Amino acid sequence: MSAPAVTLPAARLTGLFPFLNRYPLVAIAGIVLSAIMLAAVLAPFMFTRDPTAIMPLQRLKPASELSWLGTDHLGRDVWSRLVYGARVSVLVGLSVAALSIGLGLVIGLVAGYIRWLDAIVMRVMDGLMAIPGILLAIALVSVSGASLMTVIIAIMVPEIPRVVRLVRSVVLTVREEPYVEAAVSVGTKLPLILIRHILPNCIPPLIVQATYVCASAMLTEAILSFLGAGTPPSIPSWGNMVAEGRLLFQIAPWNLLWPGVALAVTILSVNVLGDGLRDRLDPKLAKRM
Amino acid sequence: MISLIATRILSAIPVMGVVALIVFFMLRLSGDPAAILAGDTASSEQVDRIRVSLGLTKPLYEQFFGWIVQLLRFDLGTSLFTGLPVTTLIAQRIEPTAMLALTTIIFSVLVAVPMGVLAAWKSGGWIDRLVMVVCVLGFSVPVFVMGYFLIFNFAITLRWFPVQGYTSPFTDFGRFLTQITLPTLTLSFIYIALIARITRASVIEVLGEDYIRTARAKGQIELKVLFRHALKNAAVPIVTVIGLGVALLIGGVVVTESVYNIPGLGRLVVDAITRRDYPIIQGLILFFALIYVVLNLIIDIVYTLVDPRIRY
Repeated sequence: MSAPAVTLPAARLTGLFPFLNRYPLVAIAGIVLSAIMLAAVLAPFMFTRDPTAIMPLQRLKPASELSWLGTDHLGRDVWSRLVYGARVSVLVGLSVAALSIGLGLVIGLVAGYIRWLDAIVMRVMDGLMAIPGILLAIALVSVSGASLMTVIIAIMVPEIPRVVRLVRSVVLTVREEPYVEAAVSVGTKLPLILIRHILPNCIPPLIVQATYVCASAMLTEAILSFLGAGTPPSIPSWGNMVAEGRLLFQIAPWNLLWPGVALAVTILSVNVLGDGLRDRLDPKLAKRM
Repeated sequence: MISLIATRILSAIPVMGVVALIVFFMLRLSGDPAAILAGDTASSEQVDRIRVSLGLTKPLYEQFFGWIVQLLRFDLGTSLFTGLPVTTLIAQRIEPTAMLALTTIIFSVLVAVPMGVLAAWKSGGWIDRLVMVVCVLGFSVPVFVMGYFLIFNFAITLRWFPVQGYTSPFTDFGRFLTQITLPTLTLSFIYIALIARITRASVIEVLGEDYIRTARAKGQIELKVLFRHALKNAAVPIVTVIGLGVALLIGGVVVTESVYNIPGLGRLVVDAITRRDYPIIQGLILFFALIYVVLNLIIDIVYTLVDPRIRY
């Protein structure tokens, strides 16, 4: 908002690089996230050991040449667990974002356009929103047993209503536009109207929303694991590492510090990226935030 | 006016109905509820006994309406582990949670609203940037990371506050204050981020209005312009977010109580997870959802009473 007005049209015309130049933080966030994702994919090649290998003689050792970030209460290498733990966070973040946006989009499009369905769908969404997300996720995991799949679904369900509301609000404004009325009047079929005329309007705010869902999913996964209702303890995840590290954190604070820092940095980067995308893709929303 | 309030109250009923429906079907969609309720170690006779005692052999709609009638009598079922009614357990644990929520809301509003107003006033300046950084951090740092960070610095290194624990303000108020400080700071972080952000945005919007220019033109001091003229007119979205943020707060309470070993409802949830005490989880979901709905209902009604512009 403080940037001189002259740079605005230039940034809009010439694409990504001037944009990143104007928002160096977004560029940094993008680089950090790419590095984390690359590390997650290439985990075996990141100078890691087996993240689940227990070495009782090496318990609670501080950082050394052998293990860069120290070892935990079972002698497992913290660096290796941290790198493999990134896989869980990235997987949960991306799949929850993709699934909740996909499902929310379909529900929102249909509810926004078909009036009689709208009332029913929105009441269900109101009900879902009234339940605190973490509690709903806890309940879903505790009835269906802990596995990565359950965790993803449990985190996804509370996110759907927000996406549905967003899509629906776009549909409600767009459906009165002359080009939609024109399409209806020439007898275009409903699915085609939704896909060709209404869907494209939903894409920019949804991309922004996807980043926020991704950040909040990573956060929720960590919280669920921390509370013992998340990713099974056999899988190294940042939330599990914090949960195990907290018991001995006065003796071996690094067990808590590193996964905590990793979580904060990752989620911070996703949020900064989201804010940057919002400024670029959804100026109206950006003004209101 | 009364009919307006009545409509608002009536519209909250279907929301709670949907919540009840979700909770009811969650247990049934996931398989055999009797087996889940009985736990992993139960014998098949025990499972059968539970099935009969809960009326799970009856048709689904009969079960649902029976359960609703039970809920309307404030009966949330019995804990599997302790054998006590869930309502009794909630009553026993509610005080620490209510106190933590209250101190957090008071502290957050006192900090976040002036922060947001200041950021809006100096929009684009360094104060504004600082506030925005605090907000993004608030949304990004997990509650437990914040909690252990504060414990490590202020309880272990500096020894200013106790590491954990809770004392009722009614028995020892001084002790209560020292023990509740760190949990309040921990939980406030995300709530402050939420409120400061929306305060900033809505005050910026209001500052462009004609009446602000008029107030300034007649020589009103800036502090009064900001807090009396601007904030008052920007209040609706701020109060709305404080209400909606309660859902966020409840999630944070569960974690914060776990970090600081506070024997509240959050600990009840965590203990229920480890013991797979499903009736407690179910009861607490309904209870928290009710709090959320009622609180937002009150906020809605207060609006209509206070702000003549709002008519539903």
